[in-house]
Amino acid sequence: MNNSNSMFARGAPLFFGALFVIGLIAPFAVYPTFLMKILCFGLFACAFNLLLGFVGLLSFGHAAFLGSAGYICGMLVRDAGVTPEVGIIGGTLAAGALGWVFGVLAIRRTGIYFAMITLALSQMVYFIVLQWKATGGEDGLQGVPRGHLFGVIDLSNNIAMYYLVFAVFCIGFFIIYRTIHSPFGQILKAIRENEPRAISLGYDVAKFKLLAFVLSASLAGLAGATKTLVFQLASLTDVHWHMSGEVVLMTLLGGLGTVLGPLVGAATIVSLQTELADSVGSWVTVIMGVIFVACVLLFRRGIVGELQALIQRAGIR
Amino acid sequence: MHMKKLTTLACAAALATLSGAASAQISGNSVKIGVLTDMSGTYSDLAGAGAVLATQMAIDDFVAEAKPAFKVEMVSADHQNKADIASNKAREWFEREGVDTATELVTTSTALAVMKVAKEMNRVTLMSGPGSTPITNEQCNDLSVHYTYDTYALANGTAKAVTQQGGDTWFFLTADYAFGQALEKDSSAVVTANGGKVLGSVRHPFPASDFSSFLLQAQASGAKIIGLANAGADTTNAIKQAAEFGITPKQALAGLLMFISDVHSLGLKNTQGMYLTTGFYWDLNDETRAWSKRFFDKHKRMPTMVQAGQYSSILHYLRAVKAAGTDEAGKVMAQMKQTPINDFFAKNGRIRDDGRMIHDMYLAQVKKPDESKYPWDYYNIRQTIPADEAFLPLSQSKCPLVKK
Amino acid sequence: MEIFGVPSALLGSQLLVGLINGSFYAILSLGLAIIFGLLNIINFTHGAQYMMGAFVAWIALNKLGINYWVALLLAPLAVGALGVVIERTMLRKLYKLDHLYGLLLTFGLALIFEGFFRDQYGISGQSYEVPELLQGGVNLGFMFLPIYRGWVVVAALTVCFGTWFIIEKTKLGAYLRAGTENPQIVQALGINVPLLITFTYGFGVALAAFAGVLAAPIYQVSPLMGSNLIIVVFAVVVIGGMGSIMGSILTGLGLGLIEGLTRVFYPEASAVVVFVIMVIVLLVRPAGLFGKT
Repeated sequence: MNNSNSMFARGAPLFFGALFVIGLIAPFAVYPTFLMKILCFGLFACAFNLLLGFVGLLSFGHAAFLGSAGYICGMLVRDAGVTPEVGIIGGTLAAGALGWVFGVLAIRRTGIYFAMITLALSQMVYFIVLQWKATGGEDGLQGVPRGHLFGVIDLSNNIAMYYLVFAVFCIGFFIIYRTIHSPFGQILKAIRENEPRAISLGYDVAKFKLLAFVLSASLAGLAGATKTLVFQLASLTDVHWHMSGEVVLMTLLGGLGTVLGPLVGAATIVSLQTELADSVGSWVTVIMGVIFVACVLLFRRGIVGELQALIQRAGIR
Repeated sequence: MHMKKLTTLACAAALATLSGAASAQISGNSVKIGVLTDMSGTYSDLAGAGAVLATQMAIDDFVAEAKPAFKVEMVSADHQNKADIASNKAREWFEREGVDTATELVTTSTALAVMKVAKEMNRVTLMSGPGSTPITNEQCNDLSVHYTYDTYALANGTAKAVTQQGGDTWFFLTADYAFGQALEKDSSAVVTANGGKVLGSVRHPFPASDFSSFLLQAQASGAKIIGLANAGADTTNAIKQAAEFGITPKQALAGLLMFISDVHSLGLKNTQGMYLTTGFYWDLNDETRAWSKRFFDKHKRMPTMVQAGQYSSILHYLRAVKAAGTDEAGKVMAQMKQTPINDFFAKNGRIRDDGRMIHDMYLAQVKKPDESKYPWDYYNIRQTIPADEAFLPLSQSKCPLVKK
Repeated sequence: MEIFGVPSALLGSQLLVGLINGSFYAILSLGLAIIFGLLNIINFTHGAQYMMGAFVAWIALNKLGINYWVALLLAPLAVGALGVVIERTMLRKLYKLDHLYGLLLTFGLALIFEGFFRDQYGISGQSYEVPELLQGGVNLGFMFLPIYRGWVVVAALTVCFGTWFIIEKTKLGAYLRAGTENPQIVQALGINVPLLITFTYGFGVALAAFAGVLAAPIYQVSPLMGSNLIIVVFAVVVIGGMGSIMGSILTGLGLGLIEGLTRVFYPEASAVVVFVIMVIVLLVRPAGLFGKT
């Protein structure tokens, strides 16, 4: 295990550097809106993975953070007339605050009960979004202007918007990466491996879990706020429990507990949905279900996880 | 340095788009029509595949009659009655596939969302399916056409007729989204203006399948008329369950938006005597019968007003493109607005400044089972409501484009 | 007469409608509770299996001319058999892992079933005629009760209490309960525990399908009918106490009544009241109202 860690550690900067360059030039080759969707959902999945893969807590209500941040950002930009970066920050903070509320209520329990509490709480968020006049109910929050970043850069240009989204993703990803590889991250992993021992070592486990939860929620919110600006719309789909299920699928498919797995999972799912929606209609749902089942039964490590295992085996040989 | 790079890129992109729009040609020598509709849900029967068929018929007829130099193509997609799916699809169509106009758009939330995207990207929106009046009022824009009907016309027809016939106390069962709310609002105003009273209302989720608790509330109100401010499967389910719970015939139901497809699926037994307002009836005259028979041969069902309206609007659009010599949105809109519409669907129809296409509407009453002599013989036309009366007068319009 | 400012007729009728909805909650959460209590599996497919029960009845009637009464038996058997196949081929492999994998697998299965039916039938729902014997209604004074809906309450309650009786009071039930508490000993005593478990899963699924047939004439047979219901039913099971049979029945009925009451005063909140209750219960009584920790 140590071998592979140092192997990855050495290769990591090169690898990430290559990805970064690809990210910079991609919008000139691929339809930018499609890429932006992948980046937003990728960040969402990475944020979710922080909680599930590294702390071991399955939240079935993460859509609440994606969606609420999206709506808050949309309302700030459209109705309060602020510039987009303020909207994004506002949305992220709102999601973080919501995450704190969820966390305080849910952390006391673990496993399935934890998941159920997060689900119930996110249903309440759905209800509020549905009923509150300001969010537009079934119509959603429409006509969100992209505005001018810092008052200067016109984001209605897709390329400009892409670079903003890319920057947001990189920042979010960087935060997650540093968290995982920090002492804080080590403690989280310790809690996941053996909670009673962590407690006996004197760590305030509840506080660490809550912090991780708030961080995960905030980053999910960051993804949601940015997404609203990309599509200029926030809708009930973003707070529906299906969305919570989708992010689980993305993370599972990509690789639980891996760093890049969620992004890979998000890219795969978004691509599938985009390519297949026109040709096969409802079969997209069936295919997603099949992937879910296959992942749980056969590929529990997900794409990246399996790849890592392969490399490890090749390395040892 | 990063900032400069971005601004330069932005400028380059802007220049590229501008130069594209300045040419007075048909872009790519092809006109692409996008049909965004509900293919599998609550409204799929009244629009859906039938609307796609109507569009294809319009395209084929146009190509046969005008023999244009440009190609005409169609793409279609299912928006599942969701604003985000519709909006994202329209955006993709405009940005990536050179689609010139987004059409149909049943379910007001999708229409409103797509109108905004289209306006931003300088494209025309042609709406046949959605109903709410905000489309030509608070949310109007100069690149969209609201073609077939709207909630004001429905209220003015059905609610007025029912109230004047003695149905003077009302309770509304409303689909909880923009369309239902607009229909309730417009109908309430008509009821009160004609001496009736609205005793209350209840909102049901859209879509809903069990109306029992909402119907019981309507029953408890004691209102003579239960106004159904919903459409499609919601309306038919509510009607069926009202009968199940013994609410009808003591209280009467007013289907504020009903289509011939609803009457067909419920049967005359369950719908006889109901009033409804429609923009089209297949059996009106020889012209409508001829076109409807062509439609029926392919679709196996008689067209609803949405499907007939879709045909008419697409044909009008294509003719305008040919006459204007370009597919640039603003010029095509101008051409469409200055050309009257005279076909089997609308006589003396015209598009106003607020985007509203006004044409005669018809007040119909569903026949009794023994009055119906042949399949789809469902309506007695009681009244023709002339175009200028049927729709909201411009003087009362909340659309900023209307010069008062 | 008015109670809390609401005419008593309206109150009575909404409560009765609530009781009807509650019967569905009870029978569905019973199936879920059995599966979780005895197998430790969170069966997310339950909603889809309910939906498939309704579709089997619909297909049976419209394509094969099989009537409602036969369907009441046929659908649970058919869907239950499918459940047995699922357990044998897939769920079995997950028993040694974290519960959550069972949740994820059954979630994936639900997507598969719902997507398939959606592709075949669209989402706007097919109608299913109320069987002749149960048509018409009865005037109760404060409301007109369709006979079919009364039948639903009777059938659901009979099945629920019948199941409770079997599990709590018979030998078969005792084996089931022992089998989950201590599979090794029970196995050593000569009982085929894996077979028992398979049978139990099949039975829980059959209950869902039975509810589906009951629902067909009321709710329109649609591929999404289970999806809308499943998370409410989860909440009911959690509130009741995840393994408690009686808990889920009583909570299901109770929730139906509470929803009915909520509809009178604040209709829109009826969709969310269950979740509010769930959060409160989980904070105050973590094991649920009737659960054993």
